Amino acid sequence: MYAFDYAKPASLDEAARLLADDPEAKALAGGQTYIPTLKQRLAQPTRLVDLAGIPDLATIKEEGDGLAVGAMTTHKAVAASPVVQRAFPELAYLASLIGDPAVRAMGTIGGSVANNDPAADYPVVVLTLDATVRTTKGEHRGSDFFPGMFETALEPDELIREFHIPVPEAAAWEKFRNPASRYALVSVLLVRTKDGEIRCGVGGAGPTCFRATAIEDALRSSFAPEALDGVTIDAGDLNEDIHATAAYRAHLIPVLAKRCVRRMLRR
Amino acid sequence: MTKYGVGQPVRRVEDRRLITGQGRYTDDITFDGQAFVAVVRSPHAHATIEGIDAGAAEKAPGVLGVFTAKDLDADLPCEIDLASRDGTPRADPPHPVLCRDRARYVGDPVAFVVAETAAEAKDAAELVEVAYEALPAVADTALALEPGQPQIHPEAPGNLAFDWHHGDDAAIEAAFAEAAHVTTVELVNNRVVCNAMEPRAAVAEPRGDDGVTLHVCSQGVWGFQPVLAGHLGLPEDEVRVMTHDVGGGFGMKAMYYAEYSMCGFAAKRFNRPVGWTSERGEAFLSDSMGRDHVTTASLALDADHRILGLKVETVAAMGAYYYRFAPFIPTGAALKVLPGVYAIPAMTYDVRGCFTNTVPVDAYRGAGRPESIYCIERLIDAAARDLGLDPAELRRINFVRPEEMPYKSAAGETYDTGEFARVMDACMDKAGYAGIAERRGESLARGRRRGIGMCYYIESTMGDPSEHAGVRFADDGVELLVGTQSNGQGHETAYTQVLNARLGVPFEKIRVVQGDTKRIRTGGGTGGSRSLTAQGVAIHGVSDKVIEKGRAFAAQHFEAAPADIRFEDGAFTVAGTDRTIDILTLAAKARTMTAPAPELEGGLDADATIQLDAWTFPNGCHIAEVEIDPDTGVTEIVAYNIVDDFGVVLNPLLVEGQVHGGVVQGIGQALFEHTVYDDAGQLVSGTLMDYALPRAWDMPNFDFSTIEVPCKNNMMGVKGCGEAGSVGSPAAVINAVLDALWDDGVRRVDMPATPLYLWRLIREAERRAA
Ligand SMILES: Cc1cc2nc3c(=O)[nH]c(=O)nc-3n(C[C@H](O)[C@H](O)[C@H](O)COP(=O)(O)OP(=O)(O)OC[C@H]3O[C@@H](n4cnc5c(N)ncnc54)[C@H](O)[C@@H]3O)c2cc1C
Repeated sequence: MYAFDYAKPASLDEAARLLADDPEAKALAGGQTYIPTLKQRLAQPTRLVDLAGIPDLATIKEEGDGLAVGAMTTHKAVAASPVVQRAFPELAYLASLIGDPAVRAMGTIGGSVANNDPAADYPVVVLTLDATVRTTKGEHRGSDFFPGMFETALEPDELIREFHIPVPEAAAWEKFRNPASRYALVSVLLVRTKDGEIRCGVGGAGPTCFRATAIEDALRSSFAPEALDGVTIDAGDLNEDIHATAAYRAHLIPVLAKRCVRRMLRR
Repeated sequence: MTKYGVGQPVRRVEDRRLITGQGRYTDDITFDGQAFVAVVRSPHAHATIEGIDAGAAEKAPGVLGVFTAKDLDADLPCEIDLASRDGTPRADPPHPVLCRDRARYVGDPVAFVVAETAAEAKDAAELVEVAYEALPAVADTALALEPGQPQIHPEAPGNLAFDWHHGDDAAIEAAFAEAAHVTTVELVNNRVVCNAMEPRAAVAEPRGDDGVTLHVCSQGVWGFQPVLAGHLGLPEDEVRVMTHDVGGGFGMKAMYYAEYSMCGFAAKRFNRPVGWTSERGEAFLSDSMGRDHVTTASLALDADHRILGLKVETVAAMGAYYYRFAPFIPTGAALKVLPGVYAIPAMTYDVRGCFTNTVPVDAYRGAGRPESIYCIERLIDAAARDLGLDPAELRRINFVRPEEMPYKSAAGETYDTGEFARVMDACMDKAGYAGIAERRGESLARGRRRGIGMCYYIESTMGDPSEHAGVRFADDGVELLVGTQSNGQGHETAYTQVLNARLGVPFEKIRVVQGDTKRIRTGGGTGGSRSLTAQGVAIHGVSDKVIEKGRAFAAQHFEAAPADIRFEDGAFTVAGTDRTIDILTLAAKARTMTAPAPELEGGLDADATIQLDAWTFPNGCHIAEVEIDPDTGVTEIVAYNIVDDFGVVLNPLLVEGQVHGGVVQGIGQALFEHTVYDDAGQLVSGTLMDYALPRAWDMPNFDFSTIEVPCKNNMMGVKGCGEAGSVGSPAAVINAVLDALWDDGVRRVDMPATPLYLWRLIREAERRAA
C-alpha cells in the first residue's frame, strides 16, 4: 500500500465535495474491494474519503412498491434484515452468498454497485429490476447504469446515497461460484415483476451484467424448464479465464436459468 | 496416569495459547530499532540481467541500503547426492541467493532493499531499475526435455537434471514378455502451491559477540545454522537459529530461503535487527512448490491376475533450481512405496528430472510418496477395468499377505507389518461398497453420475533416523528439550503425554522446548511423519537415563542400595518400605547433593540421542464416493471413508486431526488446486482469487477409524500419521471420478478435476460417441 491521507466526513455532500476538490481522492465504503487493491499497490490515491462516519446511510425501509436500501448497508445486514426477508427473500439469500462472513460484515451494496465488478452480485439486481440509484447528483435508472466492465454512470465525484429496488412478484437467484474466489463464475436472477413481466439478468459471464433476452422470450411463451431446452447463448461476448471458457459460461446460463424456473415453480 | 496415557484423546495443551493470540510466530517478533527487507523479484520467467541501477532507490526515504549479488554472493545448498543411470552425478547448477546475471523464474530474487520501515523498503524496491533482456522460457514439464527448448542452465544441457534408474531392465522385459495382460496409464501429478496459513518470515538479530541470531519459521533449526554461517562467513557457533510457533510447514518450510541470508547479511552490515515477512502474493512466487510429475506406468499381469511387473517412467520438474532435497523426492523418496501394498516380483522406475522456468519444487506433505501411491493406485484401478474385475478384488489378489511379513518389496523396503485385506474389508464395509450399484441408479434418476473409488496406500516414514531429547528439571517443573519442530501438529501434547507416562511428572508441569540451536544440541526437525516415532523413542531414551540417575540419587538420599530403589508412578521408593520421594522433589534435592558418581553430575538432568534402524509403514484404505453433475462438471464428495493402520495410537484426537487435514489437502490437489503457468512462464494462478484452496464447505464428513497393527520397528509400536491423509486421498477421489464418468465414455481424468475440465471431458466423450 502506498501512503495516503485519510478523511472521515460527517455528511455525504461533504464527502462528494472532498472528491470534487481532488480528482485523485477516492471514496472508501467497506473496503472489501478497494483495500485489497491498495495492498497490491494497484492504486495510489492521494486521499481516502471514508464514508463510514456518515449517519443514516445504512438503513433498510419499505418504500412504495419496493425497498429503499442505503448505500452503506452491509451484505450481512441485508441478509439478516426481517424487512428484506419478508418482502424480497431472494435478495436476502443473494446477500447471504456473497463472499465469506468477514466480507459480508464489511462490504456494502453501494460499494458493490459502484465498483461494478463483472462477477459481482448486486449489479445484477439493480439491472434486472431497473432499480433507481439515488446519488448526490440526482438519480439513475438501473437499466442503464452499467455501460461496461468496472464502469458505471456515476461521475467521479458522484456518490450513491441509496437504492430503490422494486420488489418482484417472484424471484430466484442461482450463483455458480468460481472455485477459488467464490465470486460468480456465472449468476442468473430470474424474476416475475409485479406486472407479470419475466426478466432474466446474468452476472459473471460478460464484461458487465446483462439481460438474457433469449431466455426471457422462451419463458414468456411457456414458464417451464423445458422451454429452455435448445436455447443457446452466444459465447462471443463472454469472458474467458482459467476457470471458465466463454463456451462453458454460455452453457451454464440456461442451466442456471432452468434451476431458477424449477425453484419458482416449486414455491 | 491413565488420563494422559497411551490411547487417550488428550486435548491439545497448546490450543489455548494459540487460539487466544498468545502464540509467538516469527512475525510477532519485532525488536526496537528493527529495519526491514523488501525483495526485488524478476518479473520475467527467463531473462539476462544487463544492469541494475539502484541510485533512485538508495536515495528514497528511509533506505539504508540496496544490495545485489555483488554484495551477497552465495548459493543455496542442495543436500542430495544422486547419480544418473550412467553413473554421472546429477547436474549441479548453482542456486544463487541473488541472481548473478540471469533470472530463471518469475519471483527469482534480483536485489533487496533494507529500510527503516517495511513500507519504505517496498516503495524503494519499486525504484530499483533492472535492465532485463527477456529470453524464451519453458514452464511446461512435459516439454522441458524436448529438443529445441530454451536452455535454463549451462550445467544442465537439454534441461536434464538427472536421468535416474532403479531396477532390473532384463527382469522387467521378461515379465512383460510373458504377461497375459498389460495395462498402461498416463498420469499428471499436478503442481501445487503450499499456501501455509502463516507466510514465511525471518528476523535476524546481531549479537554482542559479533554473531547473529536468526528467528525464522522452519521445520527444524539445525539445517539452517551451517548455511547462514557459511553465507555470513561466521563460525557455526556464532549463529543461533530459533524457531517459535509455526503455522503450517508441509515440507515447504524445511527449505532454507534466500531472504533468511538477506536478513542475516543486513543485520551484520547495519548492526541492528532486520526482518522480512512474506506476503501471500510473494509466497506464490517464492515458496517451494510440490509434485509436478508427468508419468507413464505399465503393469504386467499373468492369466490369474497376479502382477508380474511394474514399469514406471516419470519426468519430474525441479523448477528453476534445486532446493535442499529436490532430486531425492521423485527418486529415492518416491521409490520407497512405488510398489504399494502389492507383491510385485519385478519393477523398474526411471525418473528424468528437468529444469523449468518456474518456482523450485521440493518436498510437499508426503514428498514423493503421494506421487507414487497415486501412480500405483490409478494403475491398479485401470488394470481392473481392463480385466473386468472389481478393483478391490484385483487389489486383494495381489496384496502382500500378513504371513509374508516381514516382506522385502520390489523397491527394497522391508515392510514389518500390515494386514491389508483386513483393513480394506473394514473400510469397504463402512463405505457400503457392495451397495454402490443401487446408489448409482438413484443418482442417475436425478440426472447425476455417481462413482466410488478406492486407494490402498502405504507410507514409509521417518526422515532422519536419529533424534535427541533432553530433560531439565527446574523449580517449577520440567523442561523437555526436543529436536523436532511443531508446525501446528500438537507436539507439545503428544510429547507431554509420553514424558508424563514415563516419569510421572504432572502434565501441567512439563514444558516442551523446541527450535533453538543454542539450547538443544541437535535434532532432525519435523518432516516425513517422523516426529512421534523418532522423538517419542528419544523421550523414552532420556527417561531411562533420568530414572537411572534418579535411582542413584534416591539411594544416596535414603542411604540404601541402588538395587533396592524402585521407580513407579513418579516416585522413587526403597523396596519393601514406605520410604518414598517423588521425582520433582528428588530432582530439586539432587541439584545441591554431591553427585554419587562423576557421571551423575547435573542432578537428574539428562540427554539422549537415539538411532532408529528401520522405518515405519503406516497404511490404510480410503474410499471416496462422488456425485457429478454432468451439466456443470461439479463434483460433490458425498461420502469419504478411511481405515488407517497407524500401529499403536498415542492420541486418537491428534491423529484424526492429522488425517482430516491431510485428506483435505489431497482432495484439494485432486479437485481444486490448479497451478497455471502460461507459455511465457507467468504464474496465472498467482493469488487466492484464482488458486482454489479447498474449504470446509467443499468437504463431506469423514468417517475415520483405525485398526492397530503395532509397528515392530520401534519400541512404541507407532507408525507415522502426519502425511498419510494426503497420500491416500488423491487416487481415491480420481478413481471415483473416473468411475462416475465411465459410462459417459470418459477414459482419462487428470488432476485437478475442476468443473470446467470435467465438463469438457464429458462433452468430448459425447462428441466421440456421436
Ligand atoms: C474474498 C472476497 C469475496 C467476495 N465475494 C463476492 C461475491 O461473491 N459477490 C459479490 O458481489 N462481491 C464479492 N466481493 C466484493 C464485496 O461484495 C465488496 O463488498 C464490494 O465489491 C465492494 O463493496 P465495499 O463496500 O467493500 O466497497 P469498497 O471496496 O470500499 O469500494 C469499492 C469501490 O466503490 C466505490 N464506492 C464505495 N461506496 C461508494 C458510494 N456510496 N458511492 C460511490 N462510490 C462508492 C469506492 O470508491 C471504490 O472504488 C468479495 C470480496 C472479497 C474480498
